Amino acid sequence: MIDYSIILAGFGGQGVLSAGKMLAEAALIEGKEVSWFPSYGPEMRGGTANCSVVISDQVIGSPVINDTDVLIALNRPSLEKFEKQVKPGGIIIIDSSLVKTGTTRKDVRFFPIPSSEIANELGNMAYATVVLLGCLSAASGCFMREAFEKALYDVLPERRHHMIPSNLDAFDQGVQLVKK
Amino acid sequence: MNKRILMKGNEVIAEAAIRAGCRYYFGYPITPQTEIMHYMALTMNKAGGTFLQAESEVAAINMVYGASAAGGRAMTSSSSPGISLKQEGFSYIAGAELPAVVVNIVRAGPGLGGILPAQGDYFQATKGGGHGDYRNIVIAPASIQELYEMTVEAFNLADEYRMLVMILGDGTLGQMMEPVLFREEEPIVESTKEWALTGNKGRVHNSIQSIYINPDDLEAKNNELQAKYRAIEEKETRFEAMETDDAEVVIVAFGTCSRICRNVIRQAREQGVKVGMIRPITLWPYPSEVISELAKDSSVKAFLDVELNAGQMIEDVKLAVNGVKPVYFHGRTGGNLPSQKEILDLIMNIHKEVNQ
Repeated sequence: MIDYSIILAGFGGQGVLSAGKMLAEAALIEGKEVSWFPSYGPEMRGGTANCSVVISDQVIGSPVINDTDVLIALNRPSLEKFEKQVKPGGIIIIDSSLVKTGTTRKDVRFFPIPSSEIANELGNMAYATVVLLGCLSAASGCFMREAFEKALYDVLPERRHHMIPSNLDAFDQGVQLVKK
Repeated sequence: MNKRILMKGNEVIAEAAIRAGCRYYFGYPITPQTEIMHYMALTMNKAGGTFLQAESEVAAINMVYGASAAGGRAMTSSSSPGISLKQEGFSYIAGAELPAVVVNIVRAGPGLGGILPAQGDYFQATKGGGHGDYRNIVIAPASIQELYEMTVEAFNLADEYRMLVMILGDGTLGQMMEPVLFREEEPIVESTKEWALTGNKGRVHNSIQSIYINPDDLEAKNNELQAKYRAIEEKETRFEAMETDDAEVVIVAFGTCSRICRNVIRQAREQGVKVGMIRPITLWPYPSEVISELAKDSSVKAFLDVELNAGQMIEDVKLAVNGVKPVYFHGRTGGNLPSQKEILDLIMNIHKEVNQ
């Protein structure tokens, strides 16, 4: 795998930067090279936020992505802003609970996943991005569930470890939706 | 601790400094380097050192002067507009021959500019900025691992040569996360610092200043400094050569730009165009010699200098090439980064042009 790139984008507060970090941690656990680059500066809750994650078997060139393999969009402005950057044959994943439009791209694999609704059912909106990471894993194979589980143990403080089963549940629901 | 961990560039710089024995940090917040201060505020106290948020950038650099004069390992960090404010202090540190480490996580200028990545401070960092004939060692890392290793090294170099060493990064390097592997033990070179102001009990008093009213004394001081700078040019010039052996087009780029170009080299070679790169690691002293040698190489047809500015390092590239081969330029400003495609397209055009 050479410089496989993923853009995660949404509103500030939805957890896209954290989700990107979890993805990077999982890839690191699998022994890959990885970079994570956030939009930074005068960002605020309710404003837009995004991050770029690159995963590779070799030293990573640019951490900043022009043409991306995957876009994960959690709001409509993010989909509209980034969908044209997805490579032909790439992947677009949206939270279809929040983004009510489809993509204009016909040359990509498109996964509308109602991740906010699923997270709501699971009782914690923070799981919405985890559902989407499950979808990413199943659709792209760029990291595996086992690595994600290990990353949860690494990243979450011990007092939050009781949340790991629910995280994995959310992840698995994302995987199942791709398999359908 | 034999495990790579994911960390932000700015935090890695701060961690590296503490590991290198830095016990005095003075700073004033500015995006995109504030995480250095933040990390220092959290950890310096635990390391038994002093963290102080100064009232201004000018105050911070002069606090570094003081702490260093007293024999401590001291640093400050800022971003472009803040670094401009520190220039007077840089010159005084050079004149007084004090070790100091300064980090500049460059943002787009001029003026207040923007907060996004840039390399527009190349001239300021390498050609002066403050007054008088002086030099700073300027190191340009290109990855988080290098930010760590080179920050540690910066403290050793500062002590060895009694001068200011600047780590010149940009917003991308400061803000991004990458894996970093920390060493069990840092290669700290201990320095006795017999010149330091540590109280003169039992010895003749030391004096640290940069004023020489007698012109002959001042000229002698200048000659001493210049001799030191020549020795550094001999010993401390660093660069990375990538696939230059058979290259027809040689890219020259540092920092984040060099990472983007790394991908371009691969893409160009896939299309049958032999591209290589010289990545200066020290921007002063500059790796002129390797560029001069490549310019004389018959397989090299042209150079392409790529920067996040309107063309600054290109002057050093042209001096080294000395008119022997054409030097092209591609730069972006305002906080924008060049895409791989725009650099690749340019290389294809250059390749066509020089082979006609």
